[in-house]
Amino acid sequence: MIKEICQKYAPRKDNLIQILHEIQDQDPQHYISPEAVDTVAEYLDIPVNHIYGVLTFYTMYSTKPRGKNIIRLCESPPCYIKGSDNMLRKLKVLLGINIGETTKDGLFTLEFTSCLGVCGNAPVMMINDDVYGDLTEEKVEEIIERIRGRR
Amino acid sequence: MKFYRSHILVSINETSLAAGVQEFITALRNELAKNDLAEEINILETGPLGFFGRGICLTVYPENINYEGVKIEDIPELVQEHFLKGRPVKRLMVGVTEKFSPKFNYENRIVLRNSGIIDPENIDDYIGAGGYVALEKALTNMQPNDIIAEVKKSGLKGRGGAAFPAGLKWSFTSALDVPQKYVVVNADEGEPGTFKDRLIMEGDPHQLLEGIILCARAVGASKAYIYIRGEYKLCIARLEKAIKQAYDYGILGKNIFDSGFDLDIELKIGAGAYVCGEETALIESLEGNRGTPRWKPPFPGVEGLWKAPTIVNNVETLANVPFIIAKGADEFLQYGTPDCPGTKVYTILGDVAYPGLCEVDMGTTLRTIINDYAGGMKKGFRFKAALVGGAAGVILPDRLLDVKMDFTSLNQYSAVLGSGAILVLNEHQSIVDLLWSILRFFRHESCGKCSPCKNGTQQLYQLISKIRKGNGTMEDVNLMLLIAETMQQTSFCALGQSPIMAVRSAIENFTDEFIEITKK
Amino acid sequence: MAKTVNVFIDGHHLEVPETMTIIEAADKIGIYIPRLCYHPDLPPTGNCGVCVVEIAGNPTPKRACCTPVAEGMKIVTNSKKLRSYRKTVVEMILSNHDVTCPTCPANNKCELQSLANNLGVDSEALPNILVKTPADESSLSIIRDTNKCIGCGRCITVCNEVQTVYALTFAERGIDTHIDTAFSQGMANSPCVNCGQCTVYCPTGALHERSELDAVWEAILDPEKHVIVQEAPSIRVSLGEEFGMPLGSVTPKKMYAALRKIGFDSVMDTNFTADLTIMEEGTECVTKLKAGEKRPLITSCSPGWIKFMETYYPDLADCVSTAKSPMSMFGVLSKTYYAQEKGIDPAKIVSVAIMPCTAKKFEARRPELSDSGFQDTDYVLTTREFIRMIKEAGIDFANIPDEEPDEGMSFYTGAGTIFGATGGVMEAAIRSAYYLVTGTDLQNVDITAVRGLEGVKEASVDVPGFGKVNVAVAHGLSNARKVLDRVREGLATKGESPWHFIEIMACPGGCVGGGGQPYGNDIASRARRGLALYEEDRNLPVRMSHHNPEVLKVYEKFLGEPNSKLALKLLHTHYFKRSVFNGQVTAEITHKHG
Repeated sequence: MIKEICQKYAPRKDNLIQILHEIQDQDPQHYISPEAVDTVAEYLDIPVNHIYGVLTFYTMYSTKPRGKNIIRLCESPPCYIKGSDNMLRKLKVLLGINIGETTKDGLFTLEFTSCLGVCGNAPVMMINDDVYGDLTEEKVEEIIERIRGRR
Repeated sequence: MKFYRSHILVSINETSLAAGVQEFITALRNELAKNDLAEEINILETGPLGFFGRGICLTVYPENINYEGVKIEDIPELVQEHFLKGRPVKRLMVGVTEKFSPKFNYENRIVLRNSGIIDPENIDDYIGAGGYVALEKALTNMQPNDIIAEVKKSGLKGRGGAAFPAGLKWSFTSALDVPQKYVVVNADEGEPGTFKDRLIMEGDPHQLLEGIILCARAVGASKAYIYIRGEYKLCIARLEKAIKQAYDYGILGKNIFDSGFDLDIELKIGAGAYVCGEETALIESLEGNRGTPRWKPPFPGVEGLWKAPTIVNNVETLANVPFIIAKGADEFLQYGTPDCPGTKVYTILGDVAYPGLCEVDMGTTLRTIINDYAGGMKKGFRFKAALVGGAAGVILPDRLLDVKMDFTSLNQYSAVLGSGAILVLNEHQSIVDLLWSILRFFRHESCGKCSPCKNGTQQLYQLISKIRKGNGTMEDVNLMLLIAETMQQTSFCALGQSPIMAVRSAIENFTDEFIEITKK
Repeated sequence: MAKTVNVFIDGHHLEVPETMTIIEAADKIGIYIPRLCYHPDLPPTGNCGVCVVEIAGNPTPKRACCTPVAEGMKIVTNSKKLRSYRKTVVEMILSNHDVTCPTCPANNKCELQSLANNLGVDSEALPNILVKTPADESSLSIIRDTNKCIGCGRCITVCNEVQTVYALTFAERGIDTHIDTAFSQGMANSPCVNCGQCTVYCPTGALHERSELDAVWEAILDPEKHVIVQEAPSIRVSLGEEFGMPLGSVTPKKMYAALRKIGFDSVMDTNFTADLTIMEEGTECVTKLKAGEKRPLITSCSPGWIKFMETYYPDLADCVSTAKSPMSMFGVLSKTYYAQEKGIDPAKIVSVAIMPCTAKKFEARRPELSDSGFQDTDYVLTTREFIRMIKEAGIDFANIPDEEPDEGMSFYTGAGTIFGATGGVMEAAIRSAYYLVTGTDLQNVDITAVRGLEGVKEASVDVPGFGKVNVAVAHGLSNARKVLDRVREGLATKGESPWHFIEIMACPGGCVGGGGQPYGNDIASRARRGLALYEEDRNLPVRMSHHNPEVLKVYEKFLGEPNSKLALKLLHTHYFKRSVFNGQVTAEITHKHG
């Protein structure tokens, strides 16, 4: 599968970031494994250490397996002054995990994100590709429960 | 063209998508059909409207009525009252429950003039609104040097923060006789509280494309990249569509308008790094590397992407160019101040009555922006401070509310206009808290390349955390100033040079708060 | 000739090429700008921020290491403000540093330590922000202690650009940024070839060799053990500088005296097996030449190069000489020939090698290098460790009277001693190969075309009865790649290599610039050490390996003749293929003779 993703792109280093995006998006655990990196390194003919350096630089990538749903809470000042820290506390209690961790059932991973540019609706969080704004503790609970019910 | 009695503009953006706008449109369409209004009332899916409301927002033309937070349950009432009986639904309207009615000032806009009016996903709408006229003019009646001369004359300054004159930047690159040059669009908008570029790209992507093509023509580039944040899913989708349409129309690709000029535009998606908003870090990232900055000189205009001369411009900067070329620099100079001509897009957030966006003349005061475009303070709150320019900006107290918002005037207050983000705080909010949040941000976003920034951002964060908990002393406060100043003077790039802005303005303008908290 | 510009540094006018940076221009007229991450051998990273200077017309200071000079530039290198900034920058670095100087391997050699001292900084001015992490001790050669790392990036530049080994990278971001191997698997599980150039360029104690000093002392102090020691050619030229002698002092006899004083039971010399290597490798070369072989013969003495080949060029493994390195030839002979001659139970022999090299520690532990029935070489000490040993023993090295080595495996020729410099093995081999083909000695034994620090050197030697022999010499692994890529290309397109015989040394400058050499091991000192070895060669009575009497004796009494059955068994080896991903062996690609 990794090889097929690679082959959609020309074997040039500047496609590395796009290839990693796609690999991660298609991975059921939303991460990039050492094996995947090995394959990409071979395809692009760039060293493994370079890819690892890139991988760990950008916040959107993970080298560890993650949950089915990735919650990314905005920690920027506009969200902070609107109470994002309360949302963080609520999420930690609801999920029983800290930032950077994944719930035991593999359903959620909790992360921070920098500004999502939806500050008019601060505080906001992103779950996978969806943005949730004007968060309150009740709303956060409702969203989490809804996703839990969906599985 | 079909004639409709009314047009309902529905804003499709990250916020409304989160609120379920797609289901909403289907329901609205059904309700209109049920009432035999399908032929009379047109629904237009568009970009951000002239205001920044909650949830799903609508503007109805020609009545020019704005609704916000509209839900599916509200549709029957809306159709019955507004579209059948001609009585707007007051409880959903923006601003009418207050004395204030926000100005939407379409007449004064340049980069957002089409936003919320045309369908951003349709190239014909853009052309119908006068789009690609500048390009035709430039390719048929102008030499590349004429384009540069016009942009120089317009006095357009970079809207990314550094405020470097765009025409001058272009002229350096244009003068170089090399086979390959590039244009890179900096759409890696990451300054907290800033989303003006998102609005421009969501609302009018073709305007940006036209600006890119004009720039590429002027400097002699045959390839352009738009480096966009990975989080901006809707922008990405709209730009992809717009680029495809432009190729289909022969506006991109080989021999554009039979002028012999070729240009390809490619989208590149970022992966989450604020520092990539710095032009050299952005170039590193484009090349597939860690997004750490390069030393300047050489500047990218001389040695940039793959060592080729590269123009890196912000989205808003390039979005101004079609107007300048189509209408002429003289027209552009009618806007703003002589020193800083043109308009500026602001996002106004925090404790104002109507958080949102506006595009106003350069030089408009902070007070005017807050009062006229955001309805002043939220009811029951008093103004305490505004963080202007995002995390890399300054914290201004009320005595500076009448400062003119343009690059030159703000420099006097050692403030930067930067991103155009204005975050307003009420009297109950703590400056120490705000500063803590800003410094946490820098600590997270420092790229870690140079030691002043890497260690400095951590030191600042630990010191403000200590102070915030009430365990700090004024010595710690002074240490913060020393560290931030050293970072400003010795950091490799603008990121590490920035925290001093917030640190100094917070400590100088709100000294009492620091004295108070360190007394404990 | 580049265009020149006029600049003014602290009021001094100078005219310099426009390609120069401010720090280079200042150095040129003896104005010292404080610095930390900058190293003259490497492209600047600009990471530390210490070398900031004021340039007229600029609101903020600029880094002298990466800012090029420009016409009319007015530079101030010292001011109240600059001093304050530099101090605070260094204080910030120290606040994120494991300040344990007295016990640090880089103590007194640490560039951060001396900078902090020179600038008069207060190491406790700022609260400590260091989050301690465990050191990477996976490698047999190199220990990587992130707590001492200042993020200058020199090791990364050396590893990726100079050596093209691609083991180290910056990982993570911001305060979490650190130097790491891919997926934090540790250096032993990376493509690291153990060359140790990272340890040479590290300005602090963050990268250093895995010390085997304690084990060696223990063996020396154990009356049951017979400890025999060998020293590589380049050791004799780099010890003196650490004891106040001029750079390039060649001190083999002080070295022997010190070793004996330390308590080694038998003091021999690797130069002896360098000569022996020439007999084995030279014979192999001549056999290949005579057979009209289209694939080249490549030298095999540099263990960093061997691991590099196994990782990145396994397809050329059959081109690499099967001859063991001089160290490993010595190791195996110490537990066979020497044991037999002296009547000592080889189980009681501890064979110690003093090497300019960290990769030798890895080589010594290769399981296949145990043809004596034991691990052929027990311990490898770097030059730096040996210096520490001399200091621990309180030896006044500069003034210790000269002594001779023990006899049997210590006599060496000029050919053996130049093994320590790039091109030396090639030159030594040519001297003897010529003899092996023609039966007469080469008239002029100075093959200057293969000397010096040019990255890739080529020469063509006329050998009567054979014709032109084309040779190439590369040092530093990025240069090795250039040569190897051309070999690959030649083999693929024309079916033959552009050269018959190739010398490759992993380290720039050859062993004189090895990863185990004293700190401050820059290109200039490597050049000086190399020249000193050529000087020693010129002054030695015997300059060709095939005339080494002890070498002739070992063949006569023990091995028979070069490439004999016993020689092939004891003195030759074979190679493996390694994963680029984690450096581990994936297959055996060449097989042991016989």
